[in-house]
Amino acid sequence: MPYRIEIALRSGLPDAEGRSISQKAADYFGITVDAIRTIHILTLDADLNESQVVEIQRDIFTNPVTQVSSLEPLEFDFDWCIWVGFRPGVRDTAGSTGQEAIEDLLGYQFGPQEGLYTSKRYCLKGEGLTRVQLDRLASELLANDIIQRWQIFSSAEWRPTEGVGYPLSKVRLDHEPQVTTLAIDSDASLQALSDARNLALNPNDIPVIRRYFLDPKVQAERAAVGLGDPTDLELEYISQARSDHCNHNTFRGRFDYRDLATGEREEIVSLFKTCIQTPTLDLQKRKPWVKSVLWDNAGVGEFDDDHLYVITGETHNSPSNMEAYGGAITGIVGIYRDPMGTGRGSKLIMGSYGYCVGPRDYDGELQPRLHPRRLLDGVIEGVRDGGNKSGIPTPFGQVLFHPGYLGKCLVFVTALGIMPAMIKGEPAHEKTILPGDRVVMCGGRVGKDGIHGVTASSEVFSADTPAGHVQIGDPYTQKKMHDFLLEARDEGLTRFITDNGGGGLSSSVGETAMFSKGVEVDLEKVPLKYDGLDQWEIWISESQERMTVAVPPEHVDRFMELSRRHAVESTVIGTYNDSGKLHIKYNNDTCAHVDLDFLESGFPRWQFDAHWTPPDLRGLVEPVIKTPSVYNTLLLDLLARPNIASKEWVARQYDHEVQGTSVIKPLVGRQRDLPSDAAVIRPVLTSQRGLVFAQALLPWYSAVDAYHMAACTIDEALRRHISVGGDPEHVGGVDNFCWPNIQYHPVENPDGRFKAAQLVRACKALKEICLAYGIPLLSGKDSMYVDGHLPGAYGESHKVSAPETLQFSTTGVIEDIDRCVTMEPKRKGDALYLLGTTRDELGGSEYYDRFGYVGLQVPTVRPDEHLPLYQALTKAIAMGLCASVHGIYRGGLGVHLALMAMGADLGLVVELARVPGEGSPSDATLLFSESAGRFLVTVGPDQKAAFEDVMGTLAFACIGDVTDGTDLVVRGRTGAELISLKLHALRDSWKTPFGHLL
Amino acid sequence: MTRLHALVLTGFGLNCDHETAYALELAGATAVRGHINALIEGEVNLADFQILAFGGGFSWGDDHGAGVIQAVRMRTNLGRQLLDFVAADKLIIGICNGFQTLVNLGLLPAIDGDYEARRVALTYNDCGNFRNQWVHLHVDQASACLFTRGLHQLELPVRHGEGKFWAPRETLTQLEANQQIVLRYAGPDGHPAQGIFPANPNGSLMDIAGICDPSGRIFGLMPHPEAYNHWTNHPDWSLHKSLGWTPPEDVTPGIQIFRNAVQAFN
Repeated sequence: MPYRIEIALRSGLPDAEGRSISQKAADYFGITVDAIRTIHILTLDADLNESQVVEIQRDIFTNPVTQVSSLEPLEFDFDWCIWVGFRPGVRDTAGSTGQEAIEDLLGYQFGPQEGLYTSKRYCLKGEGLTRVQLDRLASELLANDIIQRWQIFSSAEWRPTEGVGYPLSKVRLDHEPQVTTLAIDSDASLQALSDARNLALNPNDIPVIRRYFLDPKVQAERAAVGLGDPTDLELEYISQARSDHCNHNTFRGRFDYRDLATGEREEIVSLFKTCIQTPTLDLQKRKPWVKSVLWDNAGVGEFDDDHLYVITGETHNSPSNMEAYGGAITGIVGIYRDPMGTGRGSKLIMGSYGYCVGPRDYDGELQPRLHPRRLLDGVIEGVRDGGNKSGIPTPFGQVLFHPGYLGKCLVFVTALGIMPAMIKGEPAHEKTILPGDRVVMCGGRVGKDGIHGVTASSEVFSADTPAGHVQIGDPYTQKKMHDFLLEARDEGLTRFITDNGGGGLSSSVGETAMFSKGVEVDLEKVPLKYDGLDQWEIWISESQERMTVAVPPEHVDRFMELSRRHAVESTVIGTYNDSGKLHIKYNNDTCAHVDLDFLESGFPRWQFDAHWTPPDLRGLVEPVIKTPSVYNTLLLDLLARPNIASKEWVARQYDHEVQGTSVIKPLVGRQRDLPSDAAVIRPVLTSQRGLVFAQALLPWYSAVDAYHMAACTIDEALRRHISVGGDPEHVGGVDNFCWPNIQYHPVENPDGRFKAAQLVRACKALKEICLAYGIPLLSGKDSMYVDGHLPGAYGESHKVSAPETLQFSTTGVIEDIDRCVTMEPKRKGDALYLLGTTRDELGGSEYYDRFGYVGLQVPTVRPDEHLPLYQALTKAIAMGLCASVHGIYRGGLGVHLALMAMGADLGLVVELARVPGEGSPSDATLLFSESAGRFLVTVGPDQKAAFEDVMGTLAFACIGDVTDGTDLVVRGRTGAELISLKLHALRDSWKTPFGHLL
Repeated sequence: MTRLHALVLTGFGLNCDHETAYALELAGATAVRGHINALIEGEVNLADFQILAFGGGFSWGDDHGAGVIQAVRMRTNLGRQLLDFVAADKLIIGICNGFQTLVNLGLLPAIDGDYEARRVALTYNDCGNFRNQWVHLHVDQASACLFTRGLHQLELPVRHGEGKFWAPRETLTQLEANQQIVLRYAGPDGHPAQGIFPANPNGSLMDIAGICDPSGRIFGLMPHPEAYNHWTNHPDWSLHKSLGWTPPEDVTPGIQIFRNAVQAFN
């Protein structure tokens, strides 16, 4: 019989969760709740007697100091009660760890049909609360219908003895697994199958697939193993492998690019090859620290003679848009598997985040699935739990607001790892598989979760998007696996490792089989969460926290012993061979038999028309603004804009010091509340070497030209890298493209050709700027289809496309961390220098955006001008001449002077007349232009001569001084005082929108 | 002199093992990272060590209260050995999740020498969220704690969501009378924070950040001394350097806590 334990804090102890919900109910919906008490519910379905249950209640689940609990419903006075539990099949991590504890305490083994399930009920007090309000709190604050269910009780409806009953979120599939063969008599019928089964096959691929299965030679081989028409598993496998997510069809496509202004045409075959691969391989030839790029799960660079670092980044947009917490935690935990699966496997050393969402205070008529405020909360919490519980520091990240992300949000996650240069005498960044090696699946079990995740992320979000691909990552299970696999690596037990991410076993086994040239899998050996999964579901399920490892047969026993020691489930599910075939069996019956090289040949490239109209011909002009006169208020208002304002509340939730490696933290300055230009960690504790990490996002400039968006984004990331002491000679880049759909359709996507041209231009910038700056692309990913269809006020819906977005991340080695610099001026009396040239480049700026303008003259990157400056600054930092260094980014000089002054808790006096400018820029241009290539540096009086000597004839000037006052003072070109503001006034404004959040 | 042997627990979601072992090595011990299962299965023997470190992390995901399941597992499988370890006058340090585990095991506060009773709790931060920040700490000079000898005040990072020290009034009174309250959250001036956020980051009663058992040999604290293993870990190091400060040859205050433990045996 089932048991239920209800647990709550003793009265008198503050219920932090309840308080937070009350606060949000008031802030978000204006609903006043006087008090909320949270009750945790465990429902136990196991063959235990009551005294055993009382034992676990007392010894595991009730803290005698702070909690009360009962096997009967706890009696609390309430007006309303909301119960929230998971839907069946959704990962309940607390349920599983509770089960582990019960097994340990009682020496009991849960049977396959038994389990422990967690849920909560909230007891609300509040006069005049209505059921409508309760519905809103339940559906928009406490639960998400994709993964949770809820029930609302009024005090009159509540039956004190029955409570919420015995909710069991048990999956029961009364289904006998079966393989279905699918008829492919015509292209139309295969297309119909694709639509019906959600395969998302590209229509152009369909004839190729049919041709293969109709080939008499193939048919004869298939007949020999008992197969005829393709099976559902085979088509699912092909669909996964051919999806844009796995195969990057967009970046490998053929672009017919036309400049409509000049009539020039250009055909580009594979943006990946021309703009990413070729320049990176060229750079690799002259940068020996680039160890491994563009084939493995992540890129590899040299840290020192004995260590290699590993980096990659990706996005998890679609799932996060549906279920913010689950999508984001799955995203961060998922990206952590990539470095684990790179080379022979690396230890995770840091992660970073980038969130792009709609305005947090959005109150327009469009109805996104989740309001940006709720979405952002969920995403922040998901990455928090995923990173913190993995024991991996998160010392850098960015949050950006733009209405274009109302359609679909962006969640960027980046991960870095480190590994020894050699494993048992072999280079750690190389790996292969030999015939006879065993296919071992490690980590979590397989369920229905995540099925069709890959194909769903290759589609535009709509009300019909299947919710099944939303999952909840489990950092606990993965952390155990991480520790285990590193020990197995160091013992030399593993030959190859890769992660199970998008596409599940289908991708990981399918791709690894390429190394030995064949594989045979016994699918019935794959451990399942519950019975009843069809074979194809087992094969493509994206159940999380799994790695696929090739283990030589002689090491299997030791590998399994170590796995048991670490409480990690590992299973041999097949054997690699050199048959050339992917051969999958289930209880000895063949359910797939496909030539591995089939996927590498014969499929047509995707085709895109790309039409470019330059911004002036699109009607963009510079706005006519006469120079402002009230600069104090203007600067304060800019500081309070969401994209400039302090986001300390996010950074503080992330453990950025675990592993004991922190050198430059995410928040710096005297009051430790200013965002650092970049992060630095010391990943090898015994070494003085550091690893620097920075990233940038500037999607606003895409409104003018995505070429300059990409160029400025790369330039900003590089300047951030240099600001803290990074070496421009050692910069590895990671490109993450997030783009709206670029396939033209006259009705569905009428500007698809323009968006395609923007992509081509961004890729050209990527190539040109990376070559000019010498930045090899260690890793990168693309996520297309960042569009959403949102309901409006009248039942209509609107497509909302994201601005074309590139997140660019940089990393590199710092020889000696003692040379690192932070952004805040340190001493009164130091001189303030501005490096670089300020131009009339307000297009796409925060200043223009304040007035609703886009403008035309977007910032441009000039590597020939910038790079010598960057090299000189690097030299000055290495010589110890710079007390502080800070790049000038979004918002321009005015905003960044304010940030430096706040960081220093010291005054600044600045003369705009001394700022190096091109032409004769106005005061407003000097203060708010976002020209690339610029830095602010403070230098002590004794070092000024040496500093100026290093800078030589480059564009730079001393523009002011650090004072011991408490004011930021800026004088205009005529010498008149434009700005005079107290530091506390700056800080108050800058903390206006989010300063109250914790 | 032979080097002392220190055991740092690993596995099941613990995560500060590498830097805690490194800190113990810097302090002069020989540190071993040992999986909890290796200890349970006897491959690693507690009797071979003089110092046992319960480190930070999220043991069993902390889903049922921080450190709760770790304490259940240790008590069920190793309860006797742990009590023997204590009886042999050896040293135990519990940091963050380790501190939470020690209070759930009853090894702290061990008032009246009862090393099995749960008397105090570390519960959800008043601020309602996980929080990473550096704190100032006031050290009780009169405490018996061996780990903090010679330290008056220090700065360390906290990184937790469940660090609010809570106990019934009478227990607090006993802890204070016994001088078991080793560390209190403080302001920059070194005076206890009087509960004021963010100097007291979690709402701990009496600003309690760390306590010891009556013997001073078992020490639990929420802040992370192992994360201050290098001078560049300190948030102000770049500022101090610009103002002419050069790192002393000596170990950081974080490492001094471990060194005190090692020296306690000499």
